[in-house]
Amino acid sequence: MSNTTAPNTKEKKRSGIWSELLIPALAVLSGLILGAIVILVSGENPLVAYGALFEGSFGNPLDLVEGLQVYFATGETKELLRAIYPFTESLVTATPYLFAGLSVALGFRCGLFNIGAEGQFFIGALCSAFVGYSIKGLPMIVHLPLAILAGALGGAVWGMIPGYLKARFGAHEVVNTIMMNWIAFRLSDWLLNGPMKSSGFRPVTPNVMETAELPRFFPDPLRFNLGFFLALLAAYLLYWFLFKTTLGFEVRSVGANPDAAKYAGMNIVRNFVLVMFLAGGLAGLAGTAQVLGVDHWVGQGFSAGYGFDAIALALLGKSHPFGVVLSALLFGFLRSGATDMQSMARIPIDIISIIQGMVIVFIAAPDIIRWLYRIREVKKEEAVLTRGWGS
Amino acid sequence: MTNSNTDIRSSAEKRSRVSFGIALVVAGLAIYLLFGTSTQPGAMTTFGLNLLGSQAAVVPDLVVPALPAIYLLAAISVFTGAYQLARGIRSTGWLVGILTFTFVTAFLMWGAQDKSFNLTGMLQSSLVRATPIALAALCGVISERTAVINIGIEGIMLMSAQAAVVAATVTGNLYVGLIAAILLGGWVAAFHAFLVIRFKVDQTVSSVAINIFGTGATSFISSRFMQAAGDKLNNSGTFPIIAIPGLSKIPVLGPVLFENNLIVYLTILLVVVMHILLYYTPWGLRTRAVGEHPKAADTLGVNVYLTRYVNVILGGMIAGIGGAYFTIGSVGRFDEIMTAGKGFIGLAAMIFGNWNPIGAYTSSLIFGFADSLQVKLQILRVPIPSEFLLMAPYILTMIILTGVVGRAIPPAADGQPYEK
Amino acid sequence: MTNVLELQGITKRFPGVLANDRISIALREGKILALLGENGAGKSTLMNILYGLYKPDEGKIFIRGREVNIEGPNDAIGQGIGMVHQHFMLVPVMTVTENVMLGIEPVKNGVFLDREKVSRRIKEISDQYGLEVDPQAYIKDLPVGIQQRVEIIKVLYRSADILILDEPTAVLTPQEVEGLFKIIETLIKSGKSIIFITHKLKEVLAVADDITVLRLGTVVGSIKPEEATSETLATMMVGRDVSLVVEKSPAKPAGAVLEVKDLYVRDDRQHMTVQGVSFNVKKGEVLGVAGVQGNGQTELVYALTGLLPIEKGTIQLLDEPIHHTTPRNILERGVAHIPEDRQRHGLILSFPIHDNMMLCTYYKKPFAKGISLQPQPIFSNAEELVKQYDVRTPNIYVNAGTLSGGNQQKVIVAREFSRPIELLIASQPTRGLDVGSIEYIHKQIIKKRDEGAGVLVVSSELDEILALSDRIAVMYKGRIMAIIDANKSSKEQLGLLMAGVHPAESSQN
Repeated sequence: MSNTTAPNTKEKKRSGIWSELLIPALAVLSGLILGAIVILVSGENPLVAYGALFEGSFGNPLDLVEGLQVYFATGETKELLRAIYPFTESLVTATPYLFAGLSVALGFRCGLFNIGAEGQFFIGALCSAFVGYSIKGLPMIVHLPLAILAGALGGAVWGMIPGYLKARFGAHEVVNTIMMNWIAFRLSDWLLNGPMKSSGFRPVTPNVMETAELPRFFPDPLRFNLGFFLALLAAYLLYWFLFKTTLGFEVRSVGANPDAAKYAGMNIVRNFVLVMFLAGGLAGLAGTAQVLGVDHWVGQGFSAGYGFDAIALALLGKSHPFGVVLSALLFGFLRSGATDMQSMARIPIDIISIIQGMVIVFIAAPDIIRWLYRIREVKKEEAVLTRGWGS
Repeated sequence: MTNSNTDIRSSAEKRSRVSFGIALVVAGLAIYLLFGTSTQPGAMTTFGLNLLGSQAAVVPDLVVPALPAIYLLAAISVFTGAYQLARGIRSTGWLVGILTFTFVTAFLMWGAQDKSFNLTGMLQSSLVRATPIALAALCGVISERTAVINIGIEGIMLMSAQAAVVAATVTGNLYVGLIAAILLGGWVAAFHAFLVIRFKVDQTVSSVAINIFGTGATSFISSRFMQAAGDKLNNSGTFPIIAIPGLSKIPVLGPVLFENNLIVYLTILLVVVMHILLYYTPWGLRTRAVGEHPKAADTLGVNVYLTRYVNVILGGMIAGIGGAYFTIGSVGRFDEIMTAGKGFIGLAAMIFGNWNPIGAYTSSLIFGFADSLQVKLQILRVPIPSEFLLMAPYILTMIILTGVVGRAIPPAADGQPYEK
Repeated sequence: MTNVLELQGITKRFPGVLANDRISIALREGKILALLGENGAGKSTLMNILYGLYKPDEGKIFIRGREVNIEGPNDAIGQGIGMVHQHFMLVPVMTVTENVMLGIEPVKNGVFLDREKVSRRIKEISDQYGLEVDPQAYIKDLPVGIQQRVEIIKVLYRSADILILDEPTAVLTPQEVEGLFKIIETLIKSGKSIIFITHKLKEVLAVADDITVLRLGTVVGSIKPEEATSETLATMMVGRDVSLVVEKSPAKPAGAVLEVKDLYVRDDRQHMTVQGVSFNVKKGEVLGVAGVQGNGQTELVYALTGLLPIEKGTIQLLDEPIHHTTPRNILERGVAHIPEDRQRHGLILSFPIHDNMMLCTYYKKPFAKGISLQPQPIFSNAEELVKQYDVRTPNIYVNAGTLSGGNQQKVIVAREFSRPIELLIASQPTRGLDVGSIEYIHKQIIKKRDEGAGVLVVSSELDEILALSDRIAVMYKGRIMAIIDANKSSKEQLGLLMAGVHPAESSQN
């Protein structure tokens, strides 16, 4: 949690990292065990289910070996691509999680609870899609950045509204961001059935222009694209912002102790608004990455569940950008594999939400994990995550 | 010594006085420009006062000439605003009341011109739609009075809604469904209490986990079991309307208040009972003390943890009734995410109602009114997209949170874990 | 004479701390036992054990010769023990009656609170002991002195005969202290026994029948007041000779640094807590602001430092108005602020020491280039300050929350003194600290004065005000009663002013 690495404490830090990882790892393990129990109770075999989950997320190792053999023997890539398909799909799934998780993590660092990532995600996707399909004839080098920027801005504005209301009037951001979610859903219902509806029968937007698509690295059906690397870049930039700049120092100060931050001459209102603006932007980019990199159009229920998932993975990643990268990858694998699990083992994909709920509980209550696995407690100053209804 | 307090009028007070005045004048002008100019001269608006199938005595409908009424309302708003700017009316409640009343009424006059609008029906549906919000708010009141924040009400209601319909369908008895919902609500709240009291988990985080878990678990059960089983698990029927003999015969008031189902009556009863318990019994005194100053209560031998457990669990049970309303109290079947944010709206109602039961119920009625207005307007085919009308309750929640939170004072220890 | 209460070999460990080490004390029936010790000597822990809030690791408790086991406040109350806590255990938004009845509520008709019955009983107790408390009043409307009486009524209502008074004089004016001593006398006459906890030597000598001194969790010794002097007690309490006065040369005041005129400030709850205050602070002098806590001093300091907006009036720093500017701007003009609540305002406990050492200057060179933080200057700055101000810490990378109160205060002092300052505002600078740290911080404050800074010291400890100040302003109900020369002032005079009485007025009566 400390900001700048001291040269003579590096060794201490290393052992610290392992103990930091221990609790989240055990929390995930416990969540999976509880999930197995639920699967068992609902009358299926958890081993079969988790087998399908694994295969769906990483691919079958035998297929990979076979693919490589074919490739070296004949130069034919078809088998190989089929073998790595599940793995790349997991990375594709992880991309919006990464953006959305960073959004929530940034909020936590400033003492704000952004439950509105889902709405910001949707608005970001709609803005990117709009710029993506409505503007024609631009070269990619202009059109793509423009579409990305539109998504980031849309999400940022959507996030800034509750941020401002919190900073200026002390209105609780948890309730307000949720209200903004519902408003975003209603707004999108209207847009998708009216102004932004494509010519077809279903309430979806038209496809974006090819010049606004995030470039893919492999031939179809592999959808692995530039978005994943943009997300990694965002994680690094957020790390730099939080821990290496004066602005980030302010954000963390306001989050850790707003009274002391005010005493030290920091502007609380400005930080709340700035953080919610940036957090909204990151969540908006999650939508952007999904629409420009994967789907190329937006339909109803586009962002369903991402907001709550983002909270879970921000908590799991201890609100640290690099931690969020790890947990986003984990969620990407889980979600992507769960689709296969649903089709192969008839386990509804919602099992993942149950597991996630449990993981959050375990992460938030490390004492339970320590008690379950008999781990000695390390006394530390835990930062306050959220506060009551006051400002 | 303190007389100088009155010498200096706070600039904040002055600002709010002026802004209220301006708001009223602007509203008046808006009524004139928006509704007055687009209403046909001579159009009549009919407000229906009788409800089909009601036992109440039949009274003639209220027929009003739309345009003069709109002009009158605009004038009232402008006049009140001007008076406020000149002299200042102290009561914020009255000002908000006048502002909302003139604007909403004018809006209805305009929207329902040359049509018939059933006023009694709308009031009745306001009360019904306020019910789950009120139950969520009461759950909030009872737990936050002991300083435990529960934002997981939404998740609790969702799970209880499902439990109620399944239990009721399987046993064929609605009361079993209600009891199942109450027990499940209490059980989930007990889990929340256990986490935040025993393990001192951040109260918001624990609540959010409940929401995620609730959404996931209900959707899981719904798609794994209920969809395949169809009506065998998910068709319970609903509590019948109970008309209270005599009272339900009163025109307008009868159908609104005295022809409702069990859960609506139960909610009103809970409000009264909870008010009496909070302010006139030892349990209430202890509850309030634990929320305001837990250490003081502890030093006098009041068991802070036990009080919190009991109240949070009771709150969960109330939220359980709220959940039951969604299925066995209204449509008789479960749909995924059917609570649609009502649990959160209930929290706004709790804050607006200043953490007391009667206040919470009153503000729930406002939300219920906004909700049913939105439905009625869709039926009237007002030229506004229905999606925007659907946003109304959410926007109202935000406005209330923004305008009121600064002034509403939560229990002093709200949200803080207690350590000896 | 019998002992009504005896503690034998009480030991209590907290993680890393031995709070009570084999402590034994005895209270004689109908007498006052003073428990004397510094902050952190273990007095409060001991009393919390006696009251059942903590469980002792070892040791026995005897009441009237019988060993008892106290599991919680209810047991303590059952044994006739009552405690008046240092921080009042009263619910502000409830009435006196409700506060008194909480926990043992009588009911009528089986369920409903019987407020009338309790009110009558409060009236009786109040009359019997001369307490003058209105049962229907809300706690938040009562002055501190009366709130303390409500605490005493709570104890008497539960028919306690052993009373523990934990630092009861900390929040009172000298006159209110006299009143409290009278009440104590009445209580003793009616057969109660009292444990009086304090760190104030003179009070001990004034009221106690027996004195037991604690230091670092152990009993240093027991002594009769007749045999003790302030000096012997101080030496026992601290473990070495202490100078009770701050050595300082006469002030050499020059032009005004701070000029406040007709200042009005509202607190968070919109009460006008500062009402028309005017004063100035000159270069090279200490202006002490005395007053019972809660008379507007906190809000005055917040207004001066920009943490609260002002309602009316002007504040000028070196002839420039600062009342409509930001806290940052005020800091940059050379105002240093040692805040009243060091953990709330002064430090970020979850941040390492090196970050706390640059909390107000993080955006300036050498700590930042542009928006990029510079680790090396940050670390070396902290290393230097830790050495210079003798902050006891394993290294500069540990979190500020792990330091003791005295060392936390030193971090704040080091940080605030490390930048060029014109005006020092020190609010309750030594609250809760041990004697060693108090001496150190007092010296530093005087040093700043002698370097030519203007100093404003706010304290509710009259001794501190008298030790540091060159001039003294007394605040009462948001106003300044008088500003007097420190040399010409007496404790009695200040006490009357703190109670809102002009000495001249009182002599006329």
